[in-house]
Amino acid sequence: MADITDTTPAIIAAPASKPTRRIKWGLVGDHAILILGSLFMVVPVFLVFMTASHTPVTVHTEGMQWWLGDQLAENFHAAMFEKGGFTDTVDGMRMLMNSMILGIGFAVGKIIISMFAAYAIVYFRLKFATLAFWIIFTTLLLPLEVRILPSYEVIQGMGLTNTYTGLIVPLIASATGTFFFRQFFRSVPEELVEASRIDGAGPVKFFIDILIPLSRTMIAAIFIIMFVFGWNQYLWPTLITTEEGFFTLVRGIRQIVQTYTDSSIPEHGQAMALAIIAMLPPVLIVIFFQNWFVKGLTESDK
Amino acid sequence: MSKVTLDRVRKVYPNGVEAVRPSSFEIPHGELVVMVGPSGCGKSTLLRMVAGLEDITDGTLSIGDRVVNDVDPADRNIAMVFQNYALYPHMTVAKNMGYGLKNRGLPKAEIDAKVREAARMLNLSEYLDRRPSQLSGGQRQRVAMGRAIVRSPELFLFDEPLSNLDAKLRNQMRIEIRSLQRRLGVTAMYVTHDQVEAMTMADRIIVLNAGQIEQIGKPSEIYNRPASTFVASFMGAPPMNLLPASYNGNGHVALGDDLALPIQADADHAGEVQLGIRPEEVHLSDKGKTPFQLDLIEELGASRLLHGKLAGHEFTVNAPNDDAPLEGTLMLDLPQHALHLFHGETGRRL
Repeated sequence: MADITDTTPAIIAAPASKPTRRIKWGLVGDHAILILGSLFMVVPVFLVFMTASHTPVTVHTEGMQWWLGDQLAENFHAAMFEKGGFTDTVDGMRMLMNSMILGIGFAVGKIIISMFAAYAIVYFRLKFATLAFWIIFTTLLLPLEVRILPSYEVIQGMGLTNTYTGLIVPLIASATGTFFFRQFFRSVPEELVEASRIDGAGPVKFFIDILIPLSRTMIAAIFIIMFVFGWNQYLWPTLITTEEGFFTLVRGIRQIVQTYTDSSIPEHGQAMALAIIAMLPPVLIVIFFQNWFVKGLTESDK
Repeated sequence: MSKVTLDRVRKVYPNGVEAVRPSSFEIPHGELVVMVGPSGCGKSTLLRMVAGLEDITDGTLSIGDRVVNDVDPADRNIAMVFQNYALYPHMTVAKNMGYGLKNRGLPKAEIDAKVREAARMLNLSEYLDRRPSQLSGGQRQRVAMGRAIVRSPELFLFDEPLSNLDAKLRNQMRIEIRSLQRRLGVTAMYVTHDQVEAMTMADRIIVLNAGQIEQIGKPSEIYNRPASTFVASFMGAPPMNLLPASYNGNGHVALGDDLALPIQADADHAGEVQLGIRPEEVHLSDKGKTPFQLDLIEELGASRLLHGKLAGHEFTVNAPNDDAPLEGTLMLDLPQHALHLFHGETGRRL
């Protein structure tokens, strides 16, 4: 307010005696929408967290809890370190590791494959390069769920069930990634290719020395998307892994809720604790790479 | 000796367009040749063929004594400076300049020494650790030059290197490039669409139009004896006046019905011609015999341009700047040496 007074003394001079504090309803409306939206996103997480601090009995009889209970540490500890499941072999740490392997394997695999594909399509005079691209692109119309039976058949035939390879490899071909990298590569100035040709960089050197460093913000973006996508996979891991040693967090949550026999009460608190843990890595990844985004955008002019 | 020889070099694109018609010329060692022409005249294509970035359809290209038609760009021992500099945005200035040497497998210490040497020459020493995005346009241009220098090439190629700079910087860089090239004594080919750049920098100029070489010559030759109406109107600012006229074959050229000018009779063509007169070779004179109808005056500071009509055709005179008010019909003195005759149909010089 101070600098407004400085710059426009004429306007201030007249109404100084009666300060008009009109409420800007537009602004209030905007904020209301934003606040409601945030609540809509945050309240469920809050509920999950609070519920994670209660005993299964409380949750079972009274439902989700709004206030902090006294079982928080116990529930988290049990969720992470107590062997559970049908065979009593898998604990939270194991599931966390499995999820990590799946998420990172997914993201890295997809980035590598789609960068290679886009590099071939954009920079080499292949016959039918455009056709190849559109064929890759149309696979967007065939998500995993559509081809899940043949995919399972192939993996099972190769004896890859209950392996990380079987979990990751069938899903790493990515039309989305290829498309994004293709668009990005096409925006890289032609002269850079020519300059590096004169500088004696062959296709491999150009790819490693020039293209990958230039793509790092793009890689970060796709890594985020693909990591979260891989992390949240449920259907495919359920199908391809039967050993509990390969369970991921997302599956583990269900497992905990399910393991009641006869009259015992499902460990709601532990399940909620596990849900919180399952939420954390994607959040951290986004926060970490967001930093990178901004850096990449402000530091270089490409 | 690193001369460059083009022998009937031709470029036809896959879609059938002939971008460069068979062209032959030779660039002696250490010369700076400027290729100039309007956009789409094939000058860049020609340069890119020399660089190896475009395939040569026909003809032979040699650098030194080596035919390099099928030699990879990296092995032609050339260096190229691009219009938009084409610096690697993620590398520091030092890395940008040393990248080519690194790919050649030179030891690190040697690369470092060469980069420092080039940076010193170009006043870039304090910027070696910066990224291109942290440099001004002129500095980026110099980094691009540095990248070319450190390779110690046999041939420099410049593809409109100054078009992205503002006018003042352009003049300055023009001189820098010229003196650097002289100092290093490296043969250079330089492409531009700016005739001032061509005139000021070149040892020799190649004027191109529609994929064809119109004229090759020293700047003074190009200016004083343009080989065609295209060269005449392209080189020089303001451009040469071109008037339709007829030549009777024995020393007089007729402009319209009642104006005939004597001319040195060395042309063996009679009939329709184009009469070319440079605006700066015409003088206002009370004793002049040619009437000129003045329409408009453009002040340039050092001189002024008088636009008007001569024998019913558009005509421009570049007159010295005195403050004398001018209007109406003025008398012009057209010296014989200022008159250029061109064939009426082909546009070639007579």
